Amino acid sequence: MTRHFSLTRRGFLASVAAGGFALGFRIPAAAQDAATATTELNAWVVIHPDDTVVIRVARIEMGQGTLTGLAQLVAEELDADWEKVTWEYPTPGQNVARDRVWGAFGTYGSQGIRASQQYVREGGAAARAMLLQAAANRWGVDPATLTVSKGVISGPDGQTLRYGELAAEAAQVAVPAEIQLKDPSTWTIAGQPVKRLDTMGKLDGSQIYAIDMKLPGMVSAAIRQAPVMGSTVASFDAEAVMGMPGVQKVLQIDNDAVAVVADTWWRAKTALDALQIEWTESEHANLSMADIHAMLDEGLRSEDAFVGTQAGDVSAAVQNAANVVEAEYYFPWQHHATMEPMNATALVTADRCEVWVATQDAEAELAVASEASGLEIPQCEVYRVHLGGGFGRRASSHEYTRQAVLIAKEMPGTPVKLIWSREEDMIHGTFHPITKARMVGALDDQGNLTGLHMRISGQSILANLMPFMLEEGKDPFTFQGLNPDGEEGQFGYTVPNLLIDHAMRNPPVRPGFWRGVNNNQNAFYLETFMDELAHAAGRDPLEFRRAHMANHPRHLAVLEAAAEGIGWDTPPPDGVFRGLCQHMGYGSYVAAAAEVSVDDRGQLTIHRIVAATDPGNVVNPQQIEAQIEGSFAMGLSAALHGEITVEGGRIQQENYDTYPVITMWEMPAVESLIRPSGGFWGGVGEPTIFVAAPAVLNAVFAATGKRIRQLPLDSNSLRS
Amino acid sequence: MPRITVNGTVHDVDAEPETPLLWVLREQIGLTGTKYGCGIAVCGACTVHIGGMATRSCQVQLQDITPEDEITTIEGLSPDRTHPVQQAWLEVDVPQCGYCQSGQIMAAAALLANNPNPTDEDIAAEMTNICRCGTYNRIRAGIKRASELL
Repeated sequence: MTRHFSLTRRGFLASVAAGGFALGFRIPAAAQDAATATTELNAWVVIHPDDTVVIRVARIEMGQGTLTGLAQLVAEELDADWEKVTWEYPTPGQNVARDRVWGAFGTYGSQGIRASQQYVREGGAAARAMLLQAAANRWGVDPATLTVSKGVISGPDGQTLRYGELAAEAAQVAVPAEIQLKDPSTWTIAGQPVKRLDTMGKLDGSQIYAIDMKLPGMVSAAIRQAPVMGSTVASFDAEAVMGMPGVQKVLQIDNDAVAVVADTWWRAKTALDALQIEWTESEHANLSMADIHAMLDEGLRSEDAFVGTQAGDVSAAVQNAANVVEAEYYFPWQHHATMEPMNATALVTADRCEVWVATQDAEAELAVASEASGLEIPQCEVYRVHLGGGFGRRASSHEYTRQAVLIAKEMPGTPVKLIWSREEDMIHGTFHPITKARMVGALDDQGNLTGLHMRISGQSILANLMPFMLEEGKDPFTFQGLNPDGEEGQFGYTVPNLLIDHAMRNPPVRPGFWRGVNNNQNAFYLETFMDELAHAAGRDPLEFRRAHMANHPRHLAVLEAAAEGIGWDTPPPDGVFRGLCQHMGYGSYVAAAAEVSVDDRGQLTIHRIVAATDPGNVVNPQQIEAQIEGSFAMGLSAALHGEITVEGGRIQQENYDTYPVITMWEMPAVESLIRPSGGFWGGVGEPTIFVAAPAVLNAVFAATGKRIRQLPLDSNSLRS
Repeated sequence: MPRITVNGTVHDVDAEPETPLLWVLREQIGLTGTKYGCGIAVCGACTVHIGGMATRSCQVQLQDITPEDEITTIEGLSPDRTHPVQQAWLEVDVPQCGYCQSGQIMAAAALLANNPNPTDEDIAAEMTNICRCGTYNRIRAGIKRASELL
């Protein structure tokens, strides 16, 4: 774990330019705050004279605990006193101005910790070395003779110095040439279940979310975007609402939205509701679910498909099989339904554009602000606040920021807060992609899986959002968790004849990244079908899986942990039935086992979940447990209730009454088994969500004999 | 001008009579701890106490409130975050994104005021607020802990 650093500033800058994230980039002396004499040791560590350690966090906090985890990693290498650690968000404008010293701000793909752990730890370790050198200089001793604990350095003669006393001198010391990171087995701050750093403000209402922004002279805007996809604004009668209380402006935004600006949002929304808007006829005005199902069904049997994984000859395996099992599945559109609706506040003047927004990618927002305002990037800034939920919705489509800037541009010098109503938020989502799958499995006379064809038909996120990432038309993300190799998401079974392919079918409904992304449907299809195969083979679902997992010991280890945790080898209580599954994604191995019962009326009760995860290294076990618990809430919410539909080119769900989500009474007990095997860094925020649905649906089959192949469960009857 | 009493302070409010209490609190009085989530009384993010009763403030209009109604928001639950629910929430590390937690805490405080020792079933029946991060199990544990701290 040794890395070398350039000693010179020139070399240092070169390493930044080459993509390395480096240490010790000094802010100009004039920029230092003389009054408080805070000292920046490097991009990640700022120390106050009172020993407060401010850790800079580049990734955003949206509930997933990354803020605390990253601070733990820096504090660990720094040997800081955790009680004196606080944090701050650098801005994307600062990142641009400093040659991206903080690296990526994007917070998605469960990479908040795993993709930045190396350089943030190095930042902490370098700051520690500089503090030790400063103490050594003061005492005229070799730094190797010093020890440090909780931000206090002790010398060979018992003398001590606090970090706060040394920071200014340490900032003048050369950045160390070599950094030795700690072995995770020696961690005392990282790896521990410390409490989150961001809780206090969430207990008394003092936490300011983007929707809570208040700026002097601020006005608020409500917006209506074309309800039928593809239609545009034909006309609207602004004069009719200009006289309503508080209304200041009515304006068209781009070609597909109208906004009302008023002194308060409620008055803006009230006027907007009264505003008559005519929309143009859209080519999608007759689009219905029947069309979409037909499109996807055609893809299930199409000759043409992008091949993800191929081994052997599936057709031959099917022809030679003792038993062929076939099934078709459906995973509908889902909505993120973040608790905080989309919103953004913008202030635009002739030469400056500032935005306050909840975002998973502040650098992308900065580009949006620049493009919408017509100002250069250095003239723009984005201020970050904690998100009231992200789940991917705030990762890629930042039209709310664009709209806020466009409105603010029409009112120079006046801050404008744009809030989407819940209805706007729901209709204009970026939905979990819609797909179906046709599964064909070949079993030999021993009940072993000799061939598997998994045909996915449906929507590609990348084709819609990031077409430049397609590989000759193929969306590689479609095959998340199904890849033959690699560290991100490996298929966990050995099947001699295997074909996984994707018939891309893109209905004109905007897809997006939704917590877990394509792993959700892939795990649902594969792990429910593996259960079908096990039953067809007359084998125990755990034993059947295990028989095909000899080459995948980490997949198997979490599956066996979950099975042991639920008591798979002992009978369940009367009337209770079990199911299990496993999957790998975002670099982590996850498995779950569920206990359910279904009463005579078909009412499902999920009694208990046991979930096992191997993320390689564990930064905060308590936060991992919280993410596992939350993954079941969101994953089961989708599996049980979630479905976005379209009729007449319009999204049918507008609020939580028609897009119901799981609440307390349905939430099962969740036991988390964290089983890090070390040596790699997997994600945590998303992986467990993949296994929520298949574990429960396999248990539902055990309870009822009904195989749920069409989600959500609500669209099926469990009545016997 | 309508007059309402929030957290013990009387406010004269410049808003139309039909304005939901939620938006009076957020935009007229400046108490943004009470959150907008759905506007249709489903999610519970806007929960406040009116006379001690947990109430979804998006469904209460300004004209329905008299100055004698005692409205308590998350900011007024305790002067220093020492309400047992707040203490328990900190101990159990309940919040994730936190956006729904003002409403959850107000609903939990009202539940405990009426039922100091709720069972799991009582909690499931009373706590109908939505949390998309999925903190339900910690909310349940937090209510149990708060019950001990009462």
